[in-house]
Amino acid sequence: MTPFQTILAKELRCFFVSPILYVVGAVFLFISGLIAHLMTVNAGQQAVRFLQVQNTYAQLNLNELVFRSLFYSLDFVLMFLLPILTMRLFAEERKLHTFELLLTSPVGINELISAKYMSVLVIYLGLLSLTSLTPIILSLYASFHWHPILTGYVALAFQGGLFLACGLLASATTENQVVAAFLSFGMILLIWLLGGLGSLLGDTTIGTVLSYLSFTEHYDRLVRGLLEAKDIVYYLSGIVLMLFIAHRVVDSHRWS
Amino acid sequence: MIAVQHVSKHYGHHRALDDVTFHVKKGEILAFLGPNGAGKTTTMRILTCFMPQSEGSATVAGFDCLDQPTDVKRHLGYLPEIPPLYPELTVDEYLTFVGRLKRLTPQRLASRTSHVIDQVGLGHVHHRVIGHLSKGFRQRVGLAQALIHDPPVLILDEPTVGLDPKQIIEIRELIKSLAGSHTIILSTHILPEAMAICDRVVIIHEGRIVAEDAPDRLSSRLRRSEKMSLTVKQPQPDWLERLGTLPGVLNVLPAATPNTCTVDCELGKDLREKLSQFVVSRGYGLLELKPLSLSLEEVFLQLTHQEEDAGPGEFDHHDSSEQPPA
Repeated sequence: MTPFQTILAKELRCFFVSPILYVVGAVFLFISGLIAHLMTVNAGQQAVRFLQVQNTYAQLNLNELVFRSLFYSLDFVLMFLLPILTMRLFAEERKLHTFELLLTSPVGINELISAKYMSVLVIYLGLLSLTSLTPIILSLYASFHWHPILTGYVALAFQGGLFLACGLLASATTENQVVAAFLSFGMILLIWLLGGLGSLLGDTTIGTVLSYLSFTEHYDRLVRGLLEAKDIVYYLSGIVLMLFIAHRVVDSHRWS
Repeated sequence: MIAVQHVSKHYGHHRALDDVTFHVKKGEILAFLGPNGAGKTTTMRILTCFMPQSEGSATVAGFDCLDQPTDVKRHLGYLPEIPPLYPELTVDEYLTFVGRLKRLTPQRLASRTSHVIDQVGLGHVHHRVIGHLSKGFRQRVGLAQALIHDPPVLILDEPTVGLDPKQIIEIRELIKSLAGSHTIILSTHILPEAMAICDRVVIIHEGRIVAEDAPDRLSSRLRRSEKMSLTVKQPQPDWLERLGTLPGVLNVLPAATPNTCTVDCELGKDLREKLSQFVVSRGYGLLELKPLSLSLEEVFLQLTHQEEDAGPGEFDHHDSSEQPPA
């Protein structure tokens, strides 16, 4: 086994024996199920209203009524939940003094960070894949377009990936897990609010730059079914930047 | 095997290590002795490539700690002051994890894991979760972790701290048994420990090496006179003055009880025979006469205190050959 695989396996093992994963997973799946349920009931009521008013079956746009709202709500849920998942990554190693073991073993910081990031990404994508039950079950009773749903999942995967990278960076800066969670939550919120600030400034250069830096417009495009390279580049470069800063932070502990 | 040349480490304006130089030969056990905050852990962290030094050079097993950290890390096992353990893993899982980190092959890993479990006496707890183990067992798991890849160099930061006396003896026996095939540096502030297991002691104080020698020679080289403790049955009022007139006696000091005194004699002269003859001929009634040697505690206190009084340099002798033999 390479050091990457070794650390990845150990991280996954630690996730599965700690209560954090089960609590975060249960809350995430419960909320996503509840939202999907509410949206579907809402769509059903609209169908009934159509039937009463027009006396015909109207073709409801489920993509619009159910899934887009679901993806926007889930984005919000992830902002709160993913920092809980990432807070222990490095903070715990420093608290337990196992950081010294890792850094005095023949393992590069690159391998360390990529394995840790990969572990939370695997956990998150696993949880996310469980929410696909909603479109699968719904497809048995109704028809809708799959394409925007797939790009919606791509959006959620990248969005979550970015949040996890922010969380990993926050965790690398402190040995207190609560501080790490709040720090990553703050970072995510800040990136989100940049979008609001950007749209406030409108079409000026600063406005455009701020809107680009925020994930809002990129996420929006993907959820609406537009799969464009620039959005993928945005997410990938954001993730790489966060992990690179985390690398510098971990390395700098050795010098202080 | 380990060479440290003029190494200094600064934290901002604070000098944690100041021009430290020492060598450890293959198969030797070296003890690092010093009060808390003296720079023991800092030195160890530099040797394990956990942090870089500010000046000077350090090599382990022929590899430079700054330029070839991966090679250095492959050749050493490190037990930090607080054992680096994951409480949610079992002993087996943990040792397998560390073994893989140290790049052991799967076949080697299996045999090494069972070997170190026997070696450090974890036989009946190897399937238990580390978080449920007692302090003594955790310390042993920490030691097993350092030994798992059978490294030629072992660096142990206070390996017996927090253990009960029986465990301390076991761990010391284990460390002694590793000497010869392994080169070991251990830090401690327990002086008898250094006496018991080490070939050589380096005393470090405020980031500087203040003495380096074999434990028994350290105490003798700091003596400026031979000290004797003398106890008699019927001391006369002027017996201390009379003792002081004997040739070779430098000073006579009263001790805790009125019929005991400490006699300072000239270095290298054994006055026991003359003293006993003198006491017997005067009819004091000789009860006890014994030479006093400085314990390592006294050596240590003397060094770390005189260092402060006398200023740097006075005890900065690294070469033991300057000193008279014990």
